Amino acid sequence: MCLIEMQDVWKTYPNGTVALQGIDVHIKGGEFVYVVGPSGAGKSTFIKLMYREEKPTKGEIVINGSHISRLKERYIPHMRRKIGVVFQDFKLLPKLTVYENVAFAMEVIEASKKEIKPRVMEVLELVRLKHKARSLPDQLSGGEQQRVAIARAIVNNPDLIIADEPTGNLDPETSMDIMETLLDINKRGTTVIMATHNKEIVNNVRKRVIAIEAGRIARDEQKGEYGYED
Amino acid sequence: MKTSTITRHLREGFKNLGRNGWMTFASVSAVTITLLILGVFLLLAMNIQHLVQTVEKQVEIRVSLDVTADQATVKKVEGELKKLSDAAEVTFIPKAEGLQNLKKSFGEKGVLFNGLEKENPLPDSFIVKAKTPQQTGSLAQKIQKVNGVKKVNYAEQTTKKLFAITDVVRLVIIAFIIALAFTAMFLIANTIKLTIVARRHEIEIMKLVGATNGFIRWPFFVEGALMGILGALLPIAILTFGYAYLTDFVEQQLALYFLNLLPMYPLALQISLILLGIGAFIGVWGSLMSVRRFLRI
Repeated sequence: MCLIEMQDVWKTYPNGTVALQGIDVHIKGGEFVYVVGPSGAGKSTFIKLMYREEKPTKGEIVINGSHISRLKERYIPHMRRKIGVVFQDFKLLPKLTVYENVAFAMEVIEASKKEIKPRVMEVLELVRLKHKARSLPDQLSGGEQQRVAIARAIVNNPDLIIADEPTGNLDPETSMDIMETLLDINKRGTTVIMATHNKEIVNNVRKRVIAIEAGRIARDEQKGEYGYED
Repeated sequence: MKTSTITRHLREGFKNLGRNGWMTFASVSAVTITLLILGVFLLLAMNIQHLVQTVEKQVEIRVSLDVTADQATVKKVEGELKKLSDAAEVTFIPKAEGLQNLKKSFGEKGVLFNGLEKENPLPDSFIVKAKTPQQTGSLAQKIQKVNGVKKVNYAEQTTKKLFAITDVVRLVIIAFIIALAFTAMFLIANTIKLTIVARRHEIEIMKLVGATNGFIRWPFFVEGALMGILGALLPIAILTFGYAYLTDFVEQQLALYFLNLLPMYPLALQISLILLGIGAFIGVWGSLMSVRRFLRI
């Protein structure tokens, strides 16, 4: 069954920039997909459409059976609860502890305290950060901060994890560590879509590769390679 | 909404005050200063209003009967006057009392009138007050037509001028208060906007993990209300003590009995409630107005 379906998706920004032109993509539940391509080719827009930070100008986007391009404003929060998003700059709240940052995502969907504590500890264990639960983000390394962000993304059991350059700010060794964490999550059945510039990872951990160039899909290969020099 | 969610919003609202320490301080200070100015004006306005009312209440109509009028005529006229719908108060002043008052008004020289008691030249009279001071003129005309009334006196020109002035004073005060309240609201909304711009990151994350707009707004609502209430406390204290001192000073030191200030109670209570209400309202309004911009992610 298809988790994500995009049909003839176009995106033009109000300033006239055409970011995507006629994208057709099908992604099945449980897949691991890299999204690659030169800077400014439309990767970010492609990713943002999936959690409805941007709306397509034309075309259909169906995620898990719901047409998110036509979704009414007030249903967006509920749609986002089924999607975990991870960013290059982590986006943690600096004044909250590791535990609070992860628990935050559950409080927001009005989970009870009884549910929150065991679940947060469980995901912190999964990303190997249980011992840092009381630390503040500042006291952690970049890789650890990104693992907290991943823990927050998966705490509500989403069907889909979207990672926008999750290793962009990290050294190669730490990047590999983050990659392993994402692979772990993928093995448990969660679909992972990862936009990346990391040639090493893409070429060493072979997965499906979607390459976007000038707003179009240039390649879509199972077990593909990075294919760019940068 | 679940009770646990309500307590969460309250907790978050309180916590955020502390977390954003300096910004909270800035917003609360803005509320404090504007409410203090507003409070001073309110006190001034209420006292002027009180003074104006006191002066207006003193506008009265003096109705004189014929010197030779007998008891029966007096009773009849009194009955007629009391029937007039605009009349609020009808007081009978017998001629003997009229003479006493006249003597008193001349002070020590009142002795000159001694001996007039036997052949009192003053007529029996009534003092009539209208229901609203503005009705005085028309009421006087009606009284004129009552049988047995010889003369009707009221300070026609003076009352007209007085009402013209008091109406202007009222308008000016109302305009001032409205203008001040608006300035206060924009000043506070701006300060709060700064605190929220600093927190758009937090709002963005809340939206990304699937918080509804309502959920995001509630802690800001609580925070805004708390800032408004906190900001109102100092002005209330200053105004209450300041006013207590002022009334005391006017009564004890200046002994200006004609400067009739409103008493502390219930004025202090009214002002406190008004300031708390305005504080909470502008806090909440400023907070929600500012957060609105960031909810469209």
